[in-house]
Amino acid sequence: MKRLSEERTKILFEKLAKYIGPNVKLLIERPDGIYCFREQKDRVYYISEKILKLAENVPPTQLICAGTCFGKFTKTNKFRLHITALNYLAPYAQSKIWLKPSAEQQFLYGNHVSKSGLGRISENTEKYQGVLVYNMADLPLGFGVAARSTADCKHADPLASVCFHQADIGEYIRSEEDLL
Amino acid sequence: MDVVKDVLEKSAKEADKYKSVEVNKLIDIDVGALLAIDSNPLDSKALRSSPNDYLLKLTRDNVQLMYNQIWELPTERIEEAIVVKLPKPKYSLPRAKPVPKPRSLTKWEQFAKAKGIVKKKRTKLTWDDQLKKWIPLYGFKRAAAQKEKDWVLEVPQNANPMEDQFAKKVEAKSERVAKNELQRLHNIAKAKHVKIPRFGLTNPDVSSAKELQAAVTVAKSSTASLGKFQEKLPKEKEARGVGAITPGATRKRKLPPVSGSDEKTQNLNIVETVLNKRPKIDMEKAVARHMNDEQLQRSEEKKGERPKRLRKSHGSSTGGGGRKKPKNSNRPRKVLYSLELRVYFYLFI
Repeated sequence: MKRLSEERTKILFEKLAKYIGPNVKLLIERPDGIYCFREQKDRVYYISEKILKLAENVPPTQLICAGTCFGKFTKTNKFRLHITALNYLAPYAQSKIWLKPSAEQQFLYGNHVSKSGLGRISENTEKYQGVLVYNMADLPLGFGVAARSTADCKHADPLASVCFHQADIGEYIRSEEDLL
Repeated sequence: MDVVKDVLEKSAKEADKYKSVEVNKLIDIDVGALLAIDSNPLDSKALRSSPNDYLLKLTRDNVQLMYNQIWELPTERIEEAIVVKLPKPKYSLPRAKPVPKPRSLTKWEQFAKAKGIVKKKRTKLTWDDQLKKWIPLYGFKRAAAQKEKDWVLEVPQNANPMEDQFAKKVEAKSERVAKNELQRLHNIAKAKHVKIPRFGLTNPDVSSAKELQAAVTVAKSSTASLGKFQEKLPKEKEARGVGAITPGATRKRKLPPVSGSDEKTQNLNIVETVLNKRPKIDMEKAVARHMNDEQLQRSEEKKGERPKRLRKSHGSSTGGGGRKKPKNSNRPRKVLYSLELRVYFYLFI
């Protein structure tokens, strides 16, 4: 587990800020101790310092992971969020989308959200902003990117996609082996 | 006769001082190489009791055997010295050094081997129909013949008519020669495992964006202070994976260990910079916001009007009917003009 370089830290925070905005600070400044981001095989883990100190006893070649995987850096040095980050992002989400029960399954199978499946959308969602996707019972299902702004959504035809799929909790089953 | 007897006795006495010349033993002797190999087993008892004496005796016997064989060869006397001409050695000695490795193939040879290209033998002289004479493939009289052949050159269709085609041809030739020389040196360097220094881009006309970026990154760090004071363009990205060829770049960057609280403040600073980025004037965002505002305004107006009208019609877009449509079609234009104004306003602030 190594520290993220400054460049990568910046890329990571820029990505997180797309979803949770200034709440990124809350991920770093936590009342329950110090949490930090660590990198292992291009994957970024969010881990409390207590556990990190314990994990440092394991040689880095033999350590698979410690902490929560937030995502990974691609070969072109972009950051991709993984579904495993959902639990940390959901409470701080800035813009949200609620799905109708009929569209829930479609989304969980990895499809984009169309206007017909859109239950509610938080106000002032901008185009191409990162959004958290919930079902009507307020259970976080995954995240995506808003394909249209809130105002545009009202005029969109029912088959137009409103939110591009990025990750959903169905991935825990679909791509179990490459999540970590 | 006494004299003879005396002499014989004397010589016999003297011979007693020396050891016998006769040795009965079978060993391999190669007179040519002056080599005797004794493959008989050693007498281990004698070797253990007095190793030096035993080995000395053994060696003397074997040397004696070899000398006996040498004496059998025809001898000559040259300037008071008895000389023997040795036959050719039979025993083949193993090499002192390893067998030399075959010459490594040049890049072309490698390619030709992979593709199965076989070199064709060409005759040195070929008949030239134009000149009506035999022209050598290379060497003496070749250049003269070529000059005679190229007394006039065609100007290609899209070429500049003022361009000197002869000079162009000469330059192309010298370029080819230089390229070939460079490739020859590359082949030698490759065979001897010599690392060649990099020199930027060989051909900037055909290099990819990635190569150009790598070249820029390397060139920037090629200053006396290893590029520390080089300015960056606003959106410039550093090429990745060029650590090995960048001066001053260490193979692995290791961040110094910091305590958790220090890291936290560092991270917070980075977050600040990320969040405080000056927002760009995004046309689409502005349009969206403006449309949203207008819609809100209108819906509020409607709410104000609503008590007079039917209450049942709910606030969806389908509620309006035919009358509203012309209004709708006009709206985008209005929005855009006003938006432009707004953008200018932002700019002036």
